[in-house]
Amino acid sequence: MSVATTTAREVTRAISSGRSKDKNVGSLVFLGALWFSLFFGVMVLLVLIVDTAVKGAPRFDSELLTNYGSIVRPESTGFRAGILGSLWLMLFTALFAVPLGIAAALYLEEFADKERWWNRLIEVNLQNLAAVPAIVYGLLAVAVMALMGFNTTGIVLGGAIALALLILPVIIITTREAVRAVPQDIRQGSLALGATVWQTTWRQTLPSAIPGIATGTILGLSRAIGEAAPLVVVGLAGSVLFDPTGVMSEITALPMQIYSLTSNSQEDLRTAASAAIIVLLIMILGLNALAIFIRNKFQKTW
Amino acid sequence: MNRTSVRRALVPGMAVLALALSACGGGDAGSDGGGDSVSGKVAVDGSSTVYPMSVAAQELLAEESPKVKVTVGESGTGGGFEAFCADKTDISDASRPIKDEEAAICEEAGIEYTELQVATDALTMVVNKDLDVDCLTVDQIIKLWGPDSKVKNWKELDPSFPDQEIKLFGPGTDSGTYDYMAADVIGAESETTRSDYESSEDDNVLVQGVGGTEGATGYFGYTYYEENTDTLKALAIDSGDGCVEPSAETAQDGSYTPLARPLFVYVNNAKYNDNKAVAAYVDFYIENLSDIAEVGKFIPLSDELYSETQTALEGIKG
Repeated sequence: MSVATTTAREVTRAISSGRSKDKNVGSLVFLGALWFSLFFGVMVLLVLIVDTAVKGAPRFDSELLTNYGSIVRPESTGFRAGILGSLWLMLFTALFAVPLGIAAALYLEEFADKERWWNRLIEVNLQNLAAVPAIVYGLLAVAVMALMGFNTTGIVLGGAIALALLILPVIIITTREAVRAVPQDIRQGSLALGATVWQTTWRQTLPSAIPGIATGTILGLSRAIGEAAPLVVVGLAGSVLFDPTGVMSEITALPMQIYSLTSNSQEDLRTAASAAIIVLLIMILGLNALAIFIRNKFQKTW
Repeated sequence: MNRTSVRRALVPGMAVLALALSACGGGDAGSDGGGDSVSGKVAVDGSSTVYPMSVAAQELLAEESPKVKVTVGESGTGGGFEAFCADKTDISDASRPIKDEEAAICEEAGIEYTELQVATDALTMVVNKDLDVDCLTVDQIIKLWGPDSKVKNWKELDPSFPDQEIKLFGPGTDSGTYDYMAADVIGAESETTRSDYESSEDDNVLVQGVGGTEGATGYFGYTYYEENTDTLKALAIDSGDGCVEPSAETAQDGSYTPLARPLFVYVNNAKYNDNKAVAAYVDFYIENLSDIAEVGKFIPLSDELYSETQTALEGIKG
């Protein structure tokens, strides 16, 4: 996407295909080290996934998706409450985080005066916020809920606020990159034809940046769906045996159920947890695939 | 050109519309239509040790009255009381009685509660059948399992013990059994035990390990020992008043300390009387207590203790 990665990729391609003139020992050793790093990372991931899939294999059945959790009949326990809870959380996380994130990014990129100290402060803080541990956002969400006057926090709203806060920096940063990638010519053309800055942003810049924004947003959401720590802090219950019915409904989430069951002393429940990990993985891969699809389908080149 | 710009304006427009819709949607979840059976919400939180029991009660009740919507959390006994005394939960699970300072917070908030004992949790220290050791003092347990322990031979614990290398087995650090041993029995500040032992979350692995290894010792929940008395020997525990063998009786009468402890649920009196769902859940819990304790692998209450719990339950009804 960025200039730096593209250049690096071209150079590496040239070396690996032997087209490079630069064939000394040093560069070959470096290439070997790169290949090893790649191999190591992929192998660890592969071993982990295969190991989990093998452990969970006995429970790849429809009951895993349609049954509620069961401690009385561990052999047919399911993750219906967690899966539905996670889906509801994703929906409301997106509804909270996406408009806020895009608006913030547009302001910073198109309207803010970058010379002002407060805008620079916001910028530095955004980078820092993206690196804050997830659990801190859970605490923040509890505080927000208390300020809003809610007594019960283990509901869709509380979890969605925590996750929205968590992915907000990610969305802002990726949206800014996408907006920045829109060529200056388009803005200048629009302004030259008499459009205001707002009209230019709304009708030209933002629509052109949508593929990048969508990709960033979905990647942010796929990070959020795997989080358990902030949801524990928010107070989501571990065991819920009914479907969510609204934003004020008590829920549990798939990663929380998995976390709780992986250390259970009953083998059947641990097997089910392994199978649920694969379900979660499929959900995340599905989101990522959607992001790739949107990027490829709508990406423009100038 | 013109058409493109319309379509481009539509996309962000839709995002805003979606936000506006979300503000309208959602809302009423609390009010279920009144049916003939009981309906309503019950919030349970607290000890992760009692959690399996409260979940079992939740699950069995859901089969009978699906309209009673129970949520059970496991944020620990302390965290449970914090929420309970802030009026956020209706019922609090606890693996120890409420502390004075916690009770003071509850009192300040005007929350009246009733303590119900639901089961007894007991650890059992076991050794290989062939080992000539029958009783350990609490100090010896701490010396053997403490976080800084370097004990490698039974002789180091007591000169009268056989000259035999010790092989240790125990549950992993995630389990409630481990927490009980580390925090309550050993009571070291770090709340850990020594770490150089064979660990498994599966108690059956521990049973096989201790049963099949010379000089081995380990600990796990009492009910697992009960199922495996043929391959294991339980150690009696001396906490100052002589050696006490582990059994359901000694665990419940308090003589098998510190390896046995009562488990409680705390019920908010006002919620019990005002919210029919809370009453339905608690009544069901106590009615089916022995089945529920079995699911959680705890020692069910003796008849005497059970009638005490029933009396306490009667006392809530105002």
